[in-house]
Amino acid sequence: MEVTQAPARAKRRGPDAPFANQYHAWLRTMVLIRHFEEKAGEAYALGQIGGFCHLYIGQEAVAVGTLAALRPDDYVISAYREHGQALARGMTPRSVMAELFGKATGCSKGKGGSMHLFDASINFMGGHGIVGGQIPLGAGFAFAAKYRGTDQVSLTYFGEAAVNIGSFHEALNMAGLWKLPAIFVIENNGYGMGTALKRASAITELYRRAASYGMPGVEVDGQDVVAVKQATDDAVAHARAGAGPTLLEIKTFRYVGHSMSDAASGTYRSKEELDSSRQRDPIVLLEMRMRELGMLDDDSVKKLEAEVIEEIADAVKFAEESPEPEPGALWTDVYAPATT
Amino acid sequence: MAVLTYRDALNAALREEMHRDENVFLMGEEVAEYNGAYKVSRGLLEEFGPRRVVDTPIAELGFAGIGVGAAMVGLRPVIEMMSMNFALLAIDQIVNAAAKIRYMSGGQIGCPLVMRGPGGAALQLGAQHSQAFESWYAHIPGLKVVMPATPADAKGLLKAAIRDDNPVVFIEGEMLYNMKGEVPDGEYVIPLGRADIKRAGNDVTIICHSKTVAPALNAAKTLSEEGIDAEVIDLRTIRPLDHETILASIARTNRVVVAEEGWGFAGVGAEVVDVIQREAFDALDAPIIRVHQADVPMPYNKHLEKAAKADATKIVAAVHQVCYRN
Ligand SMILES: Cc1ncc(C[n+]2csc(CCOP(=O)(O)OP(=O)(O)O)c2C)c(N)n1
Ligand SMILES: [Mg+2]
Repeated sequence: MEVTQAPARAKRRGPDAPFANQYHAWLRTMVLIRHFEEKAGEAYALGQIGGFCHLYIGQEAVAVGTLAALRPDDYVISAYREHGQALARGMTPRSVMAELFGKATGCSKGKGGSMHLFDASINFMGGHGIVGGQIPLGAGFAFAAKYRGTDQVSLTYFGEAAVNIGSFHEALNMAGLWKLPAIFVIENNGYGMGTALKRASAITELYRRAASYGMPGVEVDGQDVVAVKQATDDAVAHARAGAGPTLLEIKTFRYVGHSMSDAASGTYRSKEELDSSRQRDPIVLLEMRMRELGMLDDDSVKKLEAEVIEEIADAVKFAEESPEPEPGALWTDVYAPATT
Repeated sequence: MAVLTYRDALNAALREEMHRDENVFLMGEEVAEYNGAYKVSRGLLEEFGPRRVVDTPIAELGFAGIGVGAAMVGLRPVIEMMSMNFALLAIDQIVNAAAKIRYMSGGQIGCPLVMRGPGGAALQLGAQHSQAFESWYAHIPGLKVVMPATPADAKGLLKAAIRDDNPVVFIEGEMLYNMKGEVPDGEYVIPLGRADIKRAGNDVTIICHSKTVAPALNAAKTLSEEGIDAEVIDLRTIRPLDHETILASIARTNRVVVAEEGWGFAGVGAEVVDVIQREAFDALDAPIIRVHQADVPMPYNKHLEKAAKADATKIVAAVHQVCYRN
């Protein structure tokens, strides 16, 4: 048997050259997610979006950096804080916003909602609402890829609070045991609802948990989209080569409350802590880098903002004007259509 | 037609379906090298290799979830649970994922999975190993629940379950595995959702499934000696429930006993009774009587266990009651 790779902290490496041509696209997607989420928050306050709604503001570089490393035929699955990942994977703001509005034109025909965004055409296998429940499913996609002998990989997102639930342990053990082509991404935003990581996990360097499962574990700066992309590239290459899964602990911040019914700061985290977390904003960091490289100036930032604002406004309008599901939709999609 | 045990009928169904469809694989604890805790998978590792007959760690939630994930992307996993008691650890994946993926995704993604294994009591296994959970799964829209009572049904229904595009919970019985019966060779597929009249009769309908079918047939024999001609309906599929066969029988017999292995409270029989009172109220000549496990955890002591279980004697007594005979 192979020796377990020592867990590591990922160092941002090398010059920008290999990726610089993608910076514009990444910046645009991050800005798009930020505006989308802000608008979703407004629509929620207006009662246009119902139920639980968890925003991704502050975490944009995680979705954008990880998904930049995947191929279209790879699989992606996430928890309920998945608007940003759905958009970064290529779902349109229209189809996501319409789903949040519960409309028939939404990606899940209005039957999923904020927590259950699906798009089978791009292998976006859903947002899932039971903490940790999606982790075995993600391992299952990797199992299927290996079973079929393809070189697809499966990437599974979950919050840092999910590492304490049994499904994490069971799925990672089997993924490590069977060397499944999987990438497990802990989005460590420091909190599960109001519980700080150190109040929930016996160790707080979560990447070290990988050692139990015979896979590399890597700590990544989740505010730096380039570092995220590099770390994910390594994990993807490892998986495609047949060397098995990787656990990425991507450290990030959620600027907002746990869900729309929760204040950004309060009893469990102070205003000061929240403010200091905003010092390393993923969008600002990439903008600064691009300006240093002479790739961005005030005009191009303004132009980008204007485009994105228009795109989101269009998505909201589309969602508002879209029809409600037909009453008959209640009864469809429970079972597969009868075949003979 | 060959005479096979229920166990070997299941084995034949698995083997045939694995030959027929490369996407079908078997996964679970002890299914491969050990040949299955109850030997249902005997010889399959040898025939299909470790890629398609996969031993797992003891991690019911985890491997059920891996099965659900594999099914979401087009494989057809057969997930063996060593016992349905242990499937409680996996029920989150079955209820919260498998049963809902199609609906939550607006019809984009399905889950053609079979979760199978023995349910209910055997002999003196005690409270944690003797439970019948079919009503738990039958409660869930999006799932199908199938429970064969004979070797032929075991084969025909398992083949249909594997070919079904929905998640199917397929519950066998430890006490059924050794049962022998004639089983059609080769392509024998029984459509899901159809009950079977195991004995035709005109005076009373006994509705049962799985391990209560044999005692119901024994009860019918006893009753025929008394001049009561009982019809025995084996539900075979709990969900979707075959209303038609049930109602057609009651229209003739006007009297009903519903027997099941599990507890009565919110059990399968409760649903059957509800269907009958709504659809066939005027056909009834007597209140329906249910026979089921005593409302207690299963005791270990063999006399107490016998007292707790539904059996032929209790079914006969229930028939007497609905026929107003004593
Ligand atoms: C099994 C389960 N228990 C509890 C909940 C309620 N709940 C929803 S989100 C959440 C916190 C999860 O935090 P984390 O995994 O860190 O993700 P984040 O919200 O930070 O993205 C809890 C307790 C749930 N959805 N599922
Ligand atoms: Mg968190």
